[in-house]
Amino acid sequence: MTEHPGADVVIEAQNLDLTFETNDGPVHALKDVSLTIDKGEFVSFIGPSGCGKTTFLRCIAALEQPTGGSLSVNGMTPDEARRNRAYGYVFQAAGLYPWRTIARNIKLPLEIMGYSRSEQEERVNNVLQLVDLEGFGGKYPWQLSGGMQQRASIARALAFDADILLMDEPFGALDEIVRDHLNEQLLALWARTEKTIGFVTHSIPEAVYLSTKIVVMSPRPGRITDVIDSPLPKERPLDIRDTPEFIEVAHRVREGLRAGHSE
Amino acid sequence: MKQVLAVLTVVAVIIAFWYAASVPMNIRGVLVEAERAGEVVDPPKAADRRQIDEFELILDNPFAIDDTWEQERPRLPAPHQVAEELWDTTVEKKITSKRSLVYHAWVTLSATLLGFAFGTGLGILLAVGIVHSKVMDMSVMPWAIVSQTIPIIALAPMIIVVLYSVGVQGIIPKAVISAYLSFFPVVVGMVKGLRSPDMMQLDLLRTYGASKAQGFWKLRLPASMPYLFASLKIGIAASLVGAIVGELPTGAVAGLGARLLAGSYYGQTVQIWSALFGAAILAACLVGLLGLIERAVLKRMGMA
Repeated sequence: MTEHPGADVVIEAQNLDLTFETNDGPVHALKDVSLTIDKGEFVSFIGPSGCGKTTFLRCIAALEQPTGGSLSVNGMTPDEARRNRAYGYVFQAAGLYPWRTIARNIKLPLEIMGYSRSEQEERVNNVLQLVDLEGFGGKYPWQLSGGMQQRASIARALAFDADILLMDEPFGALDEIVRDHLNEQLLALWARTEKTIGFVTHSIPEAVYLSTKIVVMSPRPGRITDVIDSPLPKERPLDIRDTPEFIEVAHRVREGLRAGHSE
Repeated sequence: MKQVLAVLTVVAVIIAFWYAASVPMNIRGVLVEAERAGEVVDPPKAADRRQIDEFELILDNPFAIDDTWEQERPRLPAPHQVAEELWDTTVEKKITSKRSLVYHAWVTLSATLLGFAFGTGLGILLAVGIVHSKVMDMSVMPWAIVSQTIPIIALAPMIIVVLYSVGVQGIIPKAVISAYLSFFPVVVGMVKGLRSPDMMQLDLLRTYGASKAQGFWKLRLPASMPYLFASLKIGIAASLVGAIVGELPTGAVAGLGARLLAGSYYGQTVQIWSALFGAAILAACLVGLLGLIERAVLKRMGMA
């Protein structure tokens, strides 16, 4: 942590390795991955499938155990960080329980973590407001559109006020128009809550539009090929995507992806 | 409207086929009675009639066709005879009477429900164990499957004898046989249901640091409900069969099984058929009732 004086380091990976033993021999999902994420950053992980971007996110969440190197989250091991409710996780599918209303879905982590009833109510109302779903608490998931369901799942991840939000292709299954809208909302939410966000995506425009830092990865073995600190301002209207700066960053991401492929 | 018509058509075809089948099945008996009553039968001697097939007998003695549907003890009773017997033994008799089908149905139903409750409870417990413990999965599941490969008709007398020898009799042995048949579909359905949440759902709970018990009550159990009800419908029908089979080897004092057995002892075919239909109607009601409960529960859960 001495490398970044002044900034709060939230996630620090050093020479991280993860090898899966399969019937076809070992698969190097992550090899020698080193990365530092500071508090309040919006970091996107981009790369072709098999590059380890999701695996890296799962390591941070202690859903996978690295086989080598070190990884700390808030200065703790990922396991300890989880017990301290350091992060909320959003999956590609909303994964709302069909037998619970939206409000009760958001209460799920709160019930598990033992919040009092009145606090549960208060927090549900707060996060519903945060994702623009006021008035939908009493609805069942099937009564909502795909985009609204995903917003509800983000609300569920925000409900217990973790400092870190890990998102694994959260908008991957949604259409372009809904996606643009949600990206805009996500940036607003990030600005309001000042959370640290790790965001896995396939889409170059999405990564460039959202991030303060873009991590380009490539497969076999899964590794980082480029880390780009975005020069774009924090305030980002959708049409920033037509500016030369945006196009330049996108170009660099594309170059990084190509370089990873041709090796 | 079209559907009602289709359903009624199927029913009509079945009844028509049944009436048609009653004629050749019963013609010989009718001709013997007619011969004894002094009527002219062609051919007149029973020994000669044995050489001729049923359809020829019908053609030669068309006057006897009506009587094939009205015999006292037909080989195959006609639908209206069964219906009359059902009406007579349910509505006309007091339900406390030993000749009331309602009384016998209640005897069987009580054993069915007790066995069903017991079998369902056992099935759910086993399924919970199997889902949470690899050892139980590998040790219990094969036995559960083997248990269902033994014909219940062979096992039922042994269960009754063994239980009798330790002083257990009455409703319990029947309920045990019921439970034996009904726990299996519940185990299979519940194992499937409790395992129905996908990896992502389980990972999500892990990110909350949820315990196994929380995962069970909040995710696995509610997710298994549709599977449970499908199993219960199979289970309750199997329970009824179990209770009836359990009544057969005891010498048949009361119950639908007893009616079946007594009917076959005394050649009371109408009684056998009405007991059979009684059992079928009972099963349909039980399954229908479970269907209603299923609808109500799933609707309350927001899943239907």
